[in-house]
Amino acid sequence: MRTAHLAVEVSGFGRHPEAWRQAGVPREALLTPAHHIAVAQLAAQSGADFVALPDSFGAGSGLDAVAIAARVAPVVPGIGLVPTVTTTHTEPFHTSKAIATLDLVSSGRAGWEPAVSRTAGEAAQFGRKPAAEPAELWREAAETIEVVVALWDSWEDDAVIRDVATGRYVDRDKLHYVDFSGEFFSVKGPSITPRSPQAHPLIVLRAEPDSLAVAARWADVVRITAPDLSAAHAARERIRAAVTDAGRDPDAVAVLLDVEILLAADENAARRRFDELGELAEETLRVVGSPEAFVDVLAEGAVDGVTAIPLTLPGGLRVLADEVAPRLLAAGLRTPADPAATLRERFGLPRPANVLTGA
Amino acid sequence: MPKKQIHLAAHFPGVNNTTVWSDPESGSQTDFASFVAFAQNAERGLFDFLFLAEGLRLREHQGRIHDLDVVGRPDTFTVLNAIAAVTTHLGLGGTINTTFNEPWELAKQFASLDHLSGGRAAWNLVTSSDAFTGENFRRGGFLEPAQRYDRAQQMLDAARELWLADGRPIDHHSAQFDIVGDFPIPPTPQGHPVLIQSGDSDQGREFGAKTADAIFSRHGSVEDGQAFYADLKGRMGAYGRRPEEITILPATTFALGDTEAEAQENGHRIRTAQVSPQTAIAFLEQVWGRDLSAYDPDGPLPDVDPDPGAQITRGRVRHEKDPLAVAQRWRELAEAKGGLSIRELIIETTAHQSFVGTPKEVARQMDDYVQADASDGFILIPHLTPGGLDEFVEKVVPELQDLGSYRTEYAGPTLRDHLGLARP
Ligand SMILES: Cc1cc2nc3c(=O)[nH]c(=O)nc-3n(C[C@H](O)[C@H](O)[C@H](O)COP(=O)(O)O)c2cc1C
Repeated sequence: MRTAHLAVEVSGFGRHPEAWRQAGVPREALLTPAHHIAVAQLAAQSGADFVALPDSFGAGSGLDAVAIAARVAPVVPGIGLVPTVTTTHTEPFHTSKAIATLDLVSSGRAGWEPAVSRTAGEAAQFGRKPAAEPAELWREAAETIEVVVALWDSWEDDAVIRDVATGRYVDRDKLHYVDFSGEFFSVKGPSITPRSPQAHPLIVLRAEPDSLAVAARWADVVRITAPDLSAAHAARERIRAAVTDAGRDPDAVAVLLDVEILLAADENAARRRFDELGELAEETLRVVGSPEAFVDVLAEGAVDGVTAIPLTLPGGLRVLADEVAPRLLAAGLRTPADPAATLRERFGLPRPANVLTGA
Repeated sequence: MPKKQIHLAAHFPGVNNTTVWSDPESGSQTDFASFVAFAQNAERGLFDFLFLAEGLRLREHQGRIHDLDVVGRPDTFTVLNAIAAVTTHLGLGGTINTTFNEPWELAKQFASLDHLSGGRAAWNLVTSSDAFTGENFRRGGFLEPAQRYDRAQQMLDAARELWLADGRPIDHHSAQFDIVGDFPIPPTPQGHPVLIQSGDSDQGREFGAKTADAIFSRHGSVEDGQAFYADLKGRMGAYGRRPEEITILPATTFALGDTEAEAQENGHRIRTAQVSPQTAIAFLEQVWGRDLSAYDPDGPLPDVDPDPGAQITRGRVRHEKDPLAVAQRWRELAEAKGGLSIRELIIETTAHQSFVGTPKEVARQMDDYVQADASDGFILIPHLTPGGLDEFVEKVVPELQDLGSYRTEYAGPTLRDHLGLARP
């Protein structure tokens, strides 16, 4: 049996919009570092490979996700940190150095989830361009990812030479202009930030109708939603085929299924809690039940792993850390992680070659 | 009357020839461990804030990437948020360009830093608008220099409206920006981040007098400092502001020794290391606007004149406005000092330390400087990363405290507390 990947997504007091009522603290707690540190620590204790930190410029968004990731990185070891940074309104040059720096301050635990901003509301906050169709937004996202990766490689690993004899701090032959010019923007390069510990932080993409080509070309991890495990399995097969068509090894791309969770000692207790929260549209597979019920989903092996999305936080993570994590280890579905491993290493991915030098 | 208090900020040594990377004690400029060591030492020294400069394109010299100085720096917001995790009181000042950013995003990033650091964020608003840097951004080099402070002001007005919106809808329109929406982040522990300004033109000084909480200046000598101090604080009245609402902090370097002679010797050693033979020629080329690689750095100044129109260095702020006059001045100086070589001349003109002496003497000089209203304190730029402030904190800070000019503990947790600023 192969082991499964586990990620957790945390935002606000959980996926359920009424979850803050159960949190027992005022909503302003979300503005404090203590909240984000506590949540990241629980996620690390659950043994997850990474914590996904969603973000947008939309209503209801909170603090900047890269900021949160950077704030927790030095004090919460042993877990990957994957903030969302959108591609529609943010400058690719800024995104590139922000994620590379997250990799630096976390010793190689950074990832990046690119996403697009669809709404007219978000566009109005910037006032630079109108909202566009998803197909166009994802073409722009593809350009953004391409240039961000090129900027990550615009410094070779050994560009800093400190050669006293010739007075040279860098070998400028190991710094590269990216000279990117596309449909939406051009970027000269090189980055101002040197190549980071992982070289390419892990790229995580959500499967959407218009994102498949981008994911096939760039994703290390693809996040999917599906109503049940057989649909999830079919989606995984489609993604693997697209990755193969894009000339990449499908085994180098992990497909993780979003699973909303509300776990308690037994199914009845979980149900009662869920009923207290109130009805909620089902966005993907949901497990309201015992820790075993969640373990069963991973044991099924329909996908390469799961992104657990607690309906309530931080309580939803406590069950994951205390009850689920030991069961996953005991069942052989997970192996203890090497705390010094980079996020790429957790996914069995090598440190990539430099796209600009091919070396 | 209590004595005027000195404010200190710590400039993490960055992209310039101040940093002596050739020193065996010089560590990484980018490893997070360097930032941790530097920041924690600054906090031990009760500094107001750590300061990061910014450049959004690697500098070029004669059409190629300048390779003689430290180059490469992490993203400002990301590294400051991480430093917030390993410090408790130290202010976190980031230089962020007003031309290549958008208000909504910037306001969100600064609000996040201020919340996540418990009220320690500061923004140094810089305006560089050159097309060279613009080639890394969608905006490109679209802004004329004359417009850059307009955009800076409009950027700040917009950001301030977002920071203080507190749930009210935004409907903001200016020549540069049209912003409509609801800012999702409540006002921060400081109300909004502390504002720092560092441009030096007439327009820059007006902008500072009107908006800034602190000024990062280049005016090092006492007379120069006093003139700037009086000029800037004199402009504040027009905006209904009192002089003590702005803290003026010139960039400052120093060299220490156990004796006066040892300090002088250390100073000389640092200056020599800051200006390698290659750096001396590159400096000269910047002013001359010509390739001078055929000249011997240990020989005399070239007899050709500068090309006044040529600018062969890009990506750095040009401080020499009139190359012919500079060349004239330098030739006279070289001769007056008994025939300085190129390297000696560059060391003489670009790399002198502001304060040299024993810790006691440096503390006294700094105190005199501040008491004479040449500044309110200093932004210290050490020549080594990350240990360049260690000796200062260990030895000079206690002397400043003995003089009664420096705090012995932080007054509160926020940067506004350190600077004695009211909440906006
Ligand atoms: C002491 C000092 C430090 C500065 N630091 C930076 C910096 O780190 N990054 C930057 O882009 N510009 C920096 N600047 C440039 C200014 O923000 C401004 O763009 C430039 O000085 C031109 O404006 P001015 O004509 O008003 O001086 C600095 C200027 C001064 C005087």
